[in-house]
Amino acid sequence: MTGLEAVILTIITASTPLLLAAIGELVVERSGVLNLGVEGMMVVGAVCGFATAYTTGSPYLGVLAGILAGMAMSLLFGFLTQTLATNQVASGLALTLLGLGLSGLIGESFTGLPGVKLQPIDIPVLSEIPFLGPILFGQDILVYISVALVFVVSHVMARTRTGLVIRAVGDNHHSAHALGYNVIAVRYGCILFGGACAGLSGAYLSLAYTPQWIENMTSGRGWIALALVVFATWIARRVLIGAYLFGTVWIMGLYAQALGIGIPSQVLSSFPYLITILVLVLISRNRTLTKINTPACIGQTFVPDR
Amino acid sequence: MRKILKLAVATALLAAGAMTAGAANAADPLKVGFIYVGPIGDHGWSYQHDQGRLAIEAALGDKVETVYVEKVAEGPDAERAITRLARQGAGLIFTTSFGFMEQTLAVAKKFPDIKFEHATGYKRADNVSTYSARFYEGRYVIGQIAAKMSKSGIAGYVASFPIPEVVRGINAFLLGAQSVNPDFKLKVVWVNSWFDPGKEADAAKVLIGQGADIITQHTDSTAPLQIAEEQGVVGFGQASNMIKFAPKAQLTAIVDDWSTYYIDRTKAVLDGTWTSTDTWGGMGAKMVGMSEYTNMPDDVKAMAMETQAKITSGAFHPFAGPIYKQDGELAVAEGAVLNDGTLAGMNWYVKGVDDTLPQ
Repeated sequence: MTGLEAVILTIITASTPLLLAAIGELVVERSGVLNLGVEGMMVVGAVCGFATAYTTGSPYLGVLAGILAGMAMSLLFGFLTQTLATNQVASGLALTLLGLGLSGLIGESFTGLPGVKLQPIDIPVLSEIPFLGPILFGQDILVYISVALVFVVSHVMARTRTGLVIRAVGDNHHSAHALGYNVIAVRYGCILFGGACAGLSGAYLSLAYTPQWIENMTSGRGWIALALVVFATWIARRVLIGAYLFGTVWIMGLYAQALGIGIPSQVLSSFPYLITILVLVLISRNRTLTKINTPACIGQTFVPDR
Repeated sequence: MRKILKLAVATALLAAGAMTAGAANAADPLKVGFIYVGPIGDHGWSYQHDQGRLAIEAALGDKVETVYVEKVAEGPDAERAITRLARQGAGLIFTTSFGFMEQTLAVAKKFPDIKFEHATGYKRADNVSTYSARFYEGRYVIGQIAAKMSKSGIAGYVASFPIPEVVRGINAFLLGAQSVNPDFKLKVVWVNSWFDPGKEADAAKVLIGQGADIITQHTDSTAPLQIAEEQGVVGFGQASNMIKFAPKAQLTAIVDDWSTYYIDRTKAVLDGTWTSTDTWGGMGAKMVGMSEYTNMPDDVKAMAMETQAKITSGAFHPFAGPIYKQDGELAVAEGAVLNDGTLAGMNWYVKGVDDTLPQ
């Protein structure tokens, strides 16, 4: 394995969980809902994924369990914010706290156990091509899913009727309601999709990234995913760029350290955040573009007048 | 009426019973309390302290009763948890993380009759002792093994924070390695976290990508060792035996062993001989142990065991001179040994570390 190949492989694994969680949250926010509970859904996805894979021995069942667990958590959020019309920010934060606590409880008997690793697919022949083979054809299935999701979401959002309805609900829920769209139902759907993605991202952590369950193992990645959505100005393809940019800067920081470049490690590990802020500032300078894509109703509670 | 009488008799009998039980109180077991920073299932730091607690129970049987509180956050929360144990009648309380230092002292002031033991701290009182272990002794041994086992002559070190404890470990590891191969190289990556499996795994991958074929760590998760297993290199367990996470990759593990110390201190309270002390014990005091040497040829194993025996008997000190600092300055002259004060506050690298120490 050459040095560069190892770098790229490491970047891919570091970026994938961010990408998965962020693409889900993008759809949620596009429908006008701000779910700050990504971290909580992720961590529950991670523990349920691990527990299922450990019990059944099948990492794929684990992935499925992660998705379902994320959806279950998001359903709770949906019930609170859509059916009971509670404050989204508070509910989202509560969801994160609940997720961290609940996952510790579920995972109690699973800490310190060796996990089941989600194996790379290794497409025969193709994955043996030097350099490009392992990078393009030797990943586990979730890496491909994460990239495919970006293009699917991008297409659905921009080119299909479903995407149009989601955007309409997110931009002006009163008008969408007046036109006869069921705002609450559309938002429920998006919230569930976001939960599934966050759960998937958590399962990636506990099954592929570091196959084990440890309390609080998401360590803030859910929050980075939230930031990436803003970074991407709610455009799906930019989430891909953002997640990989973040992953690249992070891994390069580690490389710089290992190479013995004399930059203090604390500075290097803050680089991904600094660069994210820098790009955000640059993007926000183009006000029209930001305005066009920002869901106008984000975070606002909608109560249909009956 | 008769009913009331019955009740009164019953109450009286119960009270008498309670009084006889009260008289037996003198032989009541000593309650020993433990405060852990992590879950006992962390398979590292807190797990090992809990093993110490179980050892007390096994050794002293019904003379003691143990209680513990796990996952106590460092800071104000800790004071509440420690106070609760004190109120519950604990006679001896172990607070097992550096960040419990101020809280331990604060509670100790309020309960002068209770004995406190604080791990890795440096502030003591009449009823507060401190204790820690010389983990660097184990690091020297694994450094020697690393140099023997490495083909590339490069080891990768996943480090947490640039504090003396970690710097001392890095130096001891490299000194051990250099005693076998003077040109041995050590690459260090700081992840600025005690516990982030993802980051630790990334760091291990990066180090392997740069030619390291030995991975060692001063962080708390099993992730770096698992990456070593996955990528076909070898490494060492941290704080606890991690062989089930890396059956092919773990060469040995430095195991924190608190049982001897915990049993001794509990006995001291039972005998009434307990005094406030500062203990920094190593292999000789059985506070640092090595798990079984695996996945290595017999000659390497023999060498490791010999070094371990010499350190245990006190015949050899890992920081015996001559030792040069990174810039070539002589730190310890030939024939001398680095004193405990300098060791405790170590903030410089020895010669050969391929890293700039973050200040």
